[in-house]
Amino acid sequence: MSSPVIYMDNNATTRVAPEVLEAMLPFFSERYGNPSSMHSFGGAVGKEMREARENLADLLGCGTDEIVFTSCGTEADNTAIRSALAAQPEKRHIVTTRVEHPAVLSLCKFLERSQGYRVTYLGVDAEGKLDMQELADSLTDDTAVVSIMWANNETGVIFPIPEIATLAKSRGIFMHTDAVQAVGKIPISLKDLDVDMLALSGHKLHAPKGIGALYVRRKLPYRPFLIGGHQEHGRRAGTENTTGIIALGAAAKAAKAHIPLENTTVRALRDKLENALLAAVPDSRLNGHKEDRLPNTANISFKYVEGEAILLLLDQLGIAASSGSACTSGSLEPSHVLRAMGVPFTYAHGSIRFSLSRYTTEADVDYVINNVPGIIETLRKISPYKKGAADPLDPKPACGC
Amino acid sequence: MWEYTDKVKEHFLNPKNVGEMKDATAVGEVGSIACGDALKLFLKIEDGVIQDASFQTFGCASAIASSSALTELVKGKTVDEALKITNKDIATALGGLPREKMHCSVMGQEALEAAIKTWRGEKVASHEHSEGEIVCECFGVTDEQILSAVRENDLKTIEDVTYYTKAGGGCAKCHEKIAELIAQARGENLAAPAPKPAKRLTNIQRMRMIEEVLEKEIRPRLQLDGGDIELADIEGLVVSVTLRGRCVGCPSSQATVHGVVETILREKVDPEIQVREV
Repeated sequence: MSSPVIYMDNNATTRVAPEVLEAMLPFFSERYGNPSSMHSFGGAVGKEMREARENLADLLGCGTDEIVFTSCGTEADNTAIRSALAAQPEKRHIVTTRVEHPAVLSLCKFLERSQGYRVTYLGVDAEGKLDMQELADSLTDDTAVVSIMWANNETGVIFPIPEIATLAKSRGIFMHTDAVQAVGKIPISLKDLDVDMLALSGHKLHAPKGIGALYVRRKLPYRPFLIGGHQEHGRRAGTENTTGIIALGAAAKAAKAHIPLENTTVRALRDKLENALLAAVPDSRLNGHKEDRLPNTANISFKYVEGEAILLLLDQLGIAASSGSACTSGSLEPSHVLRAMGVPFTYAHGSIRFSLSRYTTEADVDYVINNVPGIIETLRKISPYKKGAADPLDPKPACGC
Repeated sequence: MWEYTDKVKEHFLNPKNVGEMKDATAVGEVGSIACGDALKLFLKIEDGVIQDASFQTFGCASAIASSSALTELVKGKTVDEALKITNKDIATALGGLPREKMHCSVMGQEALEAAIKTWRGEKVASHEHSEGEIVCECFGVTDEQILSAVRENDLKTIEDVTYYTKAGGGCAKCHEKIAELIAQARGENLAAPAPKPAKRLTNIQRMRMIEEVLEKEIRPRLQLDGGDIELADIEGLVVSVTLRGRCVGCPSSQATVHGVVETILREKVDPEIQVREV
């Protein structure tokens, strides 16, 4: 992209941090060796990979032997759920939520449809939160795995993964969490938790696309997804993506150092953006619980207008964001997350997600604050839907109806 | 990211003929906020000629651009000429639309047809596709609409049908039926359509009826007393509404919600409807 962009779509992907790019580049060129080779040219790459694994283990608070590098978050999620099922063939029930990322949701629907598994999809309330009692009630002796995301990609709402994991463990059920949006944004210490498996993705934390990882708790029964060579101790065959792994290690190190910043500076910018837009635009609402949320995500709905049209007008101004509207995906249906929360359709089609990063500046935020209200006003002038003639804010005498 | 032509962008960024027309002689409404796009077309027809046209659209860039292009296309045409305008003409005027967005041009054509029908005094169930049997329950698309889209646009696959009519874009339950309709339309136009089974109310039909009853019967009643009501959501049989105007804070608002709103909706739409105030 030649023109500068105000990038507010960091839950979709992030820029590769300069220090990450610098760390990985030599492994494309002069250090191209295969870590499995017997010669020191390859072996030296293996040593760097070990360091990358240590950095990631440090970010997650787990052992290096508990990390399996994968090609992406989706592969990690698929591996985790399929492994849990394959390791316990007698159990035929899965518990997940209605608001999961397609990496989990589509897989569960597939397993339900074509392999006869029973799946419970837990609902959420209007603020996107789970009912822990409903979760507890859903667990049975037949339940093989509970797969619940740590933080929602659309709203940023955080689920109480420590409690959920403890509950699953007390029932002898495997607990997997899709933590793609959480890793690097909130502190995680797996050694203190009962989580069995955790999926993450490099490109959400300033590493490049094409690298992810799966945490598998030590001694957890495990069945590999890719069968082949002995890489990753036989847990994930295929020649290692050495550049990606080195990059993910560097990104993990940087993420650990920046978690306090995410929860102070980035959070303050997000709050400024969110509060200003909600105040400036009438008939707008926040989607998701105000407090239990990632520090970088703001999902706001603007009534009477449609998300794709908003995005394209933002794009004209160089602002990159995303929407839960039907039209943006080509799927024709509005966001399954917002519908699960019961967001009325008068709002669901007009939702915009702004997701910030440590590279977002106050000037970026001010620019968005200054431009969004005008865009919404423009589209509302075109829309046939408007606030009824009787404005609720009008002072009215006591009613006679 | 959609690949929109410059003409689509131009009509989206600077739409022509936006807004309500106070002295319109014909109005056509299609779509609904539940479906994600809706178009209200206003025409001023004098001596059988469309003198002026304007629109209000809720929807994505291509829906707004299609509406804008449509108003430009119909101006100056006789009613008979206007009726010959197809969705393809709208798409052509825009230099083409992405295949996935062709339903926006179909919506334009349907609104035009609806407006002219109203003007001629023909009965249009404006919020409901009354002709034919509903095939796609998610988006309320009938077999007639699918057959005509297949014939007019030479559609070959279920995906094509979804792009042009939205049918099959939701739960996918109707894919088999769509495939049959494609075969029917392409096999031979002479094959008479199969006898239609009795209709039943789909979610979309119910939503549209609720919207219509609220608009045409309930709001006018409340407005007589200085009150008003706004539809917030419909989830199955549960209708959520917000009271406005003098109804706000009124001690008998609960009586209004249940005694008036719920009673009318149960009578006109579905006896099992429940109304909640939010």
